[in-house]
Amino acid sequence: MTEKVLEIRDLHVTFDTPSGPLEAVRGIDLDVEAGELLGVVGESGSGKSVSFLATMGLLPARVRVTGSVLLAGEQLIGASNKYMRSVRGRLLSMIFQDPLSALNPVHRIGDQISEMLQSHQSLSSRDAAKRAMELLDIVGIPQPSDRARQYPHEFSGGMRQRVIIAIAIANNPKVLIADEPTTALDVTVQAQILEVIERVQDRFGTAVVLITHDLGVIARVADRVNVMYAGRNVEQGTIDNLFDHPSHPYTRGLLASLPRPGKQRLKPITGFPPNMVKPPRGCAFHPRCDFAADICKSEMPNLVSYGNLQTACVRARELPKSERFV
Amino acid sequence: MSDELLKVTNLVKNFELRVDKGARRRKRIVQAVTNVSFSVAKGQTLGLVGESGSGKTTVGRCILRLIEPTSGSVEFEGQELGSLKFEEMRALRRKMQIVFQDPFASLDPKMTVGASISEPLIVQGVPGDHADKVLELLELVGLSADHAQRFPHEFSGGQRQRIGVARALALNPALIVLDEPVSALDVSIQAGVVNLFEDLQSRLGMSYVFIAHDLSVVRHIADRVAVMYLGKIVEIGDQEAVYANPTHPYTKALLSAVPLPDPKTERTRNRIMLEGDVPSPVNPPSGCRFRTRCWKAQDVCAQEEPMLAVRPSGQMSACHFPES
Repeated sequence: MTEKVLEIRDLHVTFDTPSGPLEAVRGIDLDVEAGELLGVVGESGSGKSVSFLATMGLLPARVRVTGSVLLAGEQLIGASNKYMRSVRGRLLSMIFQDPLSALNPVHRIGDQISEMLQSHQSLSSRDAAKRAMELLDIVGIPQPSDRARQYPHEFSGGMRQRVIIAIAIANNPKVLIADEPTTALDVTVQAQILEVIERVQDRFGTAVVLITHDLGVIARVADRVNVMYAGRNVEQGTIDNLFDHPSHPYTRGLLASLPRPGKQRLKPITGFPPNMVKPPRGCAFHPRCDFAADICKSEMPNLVSYGNLQTACVRARELPKSERFV
Repeated sequence: MSDELLKVTNLVKNFELRVDKGARRRKRIVQAVTNVSFSVAKGQTLGLVGESGSGKTTVGRCILRLIEPTSGSVEFEGQELGSLKFEEMRALRRKMQIVFQDPFASLDPKMTVGASISEPLIVQGVPGDHADKVLELLELVGLSADHAQRFPHEFSGGQRQRIGVARALALNPALIVLDEPVSALDVSIQAGVVNLFEDLQSRLGMSYVFIAHDLSVVRHIADRVAVMYLGKIVEIGDQEAVYANPTHPYTKALLSAVPLPDPKTERTRNRIMLEGDVPSPVNPPSGCRFRTRCWKAQDVCAQEEPMLAVRPSGQMSACHFPES
């Protein structure tokens, strides 16, 4: 059996809003195995980013986080700020959509990588600078010794995201969480960044959690995928099983709504994503579901093994086998 | 061609950029759009695709003269727009409308939805109180009558985009420029809005210029496609031809960079990985603008600008060494 580096159990995250408490994450269970690339897919408001911000301990103190997150056996929920500071960047790193706002505009690129190295390892400035240049080389930045002396504004969007990846992997973390890392980039640059992420995963055995709304990106790089809807995990499995025969009606709907070659009419999912201050009772997807029955309005389904997938749908067994959408 | 609605010929748009370098002040020119020509037939959809900085949005705005082209001609129903006075242009905009990308920014938060939709009618001096027209438009885009009294913040992204479409339809335009109309929407909502565009076109017969960076949506909706790179059209032709047999190396690379939602195809695909980023439009490469990233580039590509030429599968592309 493969080693689990990150184990999330019954994670709940609740924000206080003027219209009442908003439970953005409503009990998710999720494992990340050593060295794998796990895709987390969902639409805006599904709780995919918030789950991992909670894992990183990056949410403000007034946000209520409960449940358990074990990183290589150590509990992160409720851990001290001091401990979390020692975890972030060393065992667990996170990169975001906008690489410009993640870099300090007044410091040289090389120094920003060195800072990350020296905050977790006792390294001389000279050794840190040398290591910084190696990291720039690993993420595919040409002439690293010149580039290390430059400032963020001298880099293009794709190059900045490479720098961010270099900083994130500087201390060889166990898990790299990438939150929509290519959404702001052009498609030809996206292809380059995905390749860098795969290279890092390969070379250092880093487990990667890739959060995205793009099912194409998942199909290209992920090993397994987790589908989130309304703060819950609705389906998970290997990409082949999930794309071949999605079982959960939401996953089926997502795949069916994508444009395919040919002119057949698109099939949107009806209705709108739920208001999370007052999510629908029972299965949150039931108001938009083609297969909803009375039981769906009262019972909140949990993930159960169904075929090769884990699916949170009480009717999964009764539903017709889905077609392959591609 | 008699069914030609819009004809753009040698469109150029340069923006001036003031750069202060120490005591010296110099002007630099951003060549956003260079010698772009295409036409759109009645009832057809032209997809305009390209990466950021390719000039696709600038082309869209030049068509409506929301920004003034530097040179070149835009003919709409046989009429040259460049020579029209401000008032004449305003009258003509009845027939030409635009829908923007961001449905949160393109509606006035203090106006009811009904007021937003009827504003073009008031601007154009259409008599009457427009209440019936507003209801008709709301139903046309899949919203309901009681939505007219509500404000934009009460709607989701997909609904707001429908409101923007209703407003663009108010004057029965013959042409709508759709500038990234579904990019800001969630996947499950996108499909519904794309279907709406198709339904409206088959019912009302207008033409679209559909600007997008999402190649799979453009493939679905467009009859013809123009691929732009650094301000120029590198390939243009029927959608089937361009997607099935891309002849410009950039088109080929762009298509191969789009990840497809199918793990099996993704594993076996031949992928072209372009190096580097799009160069700056302030100082574009000589000759073929794509040559700095092209794996086929030869000396001639730096010296001589390739012209659009017809290829065997019917489309035109601008390349010295076209793919076949």
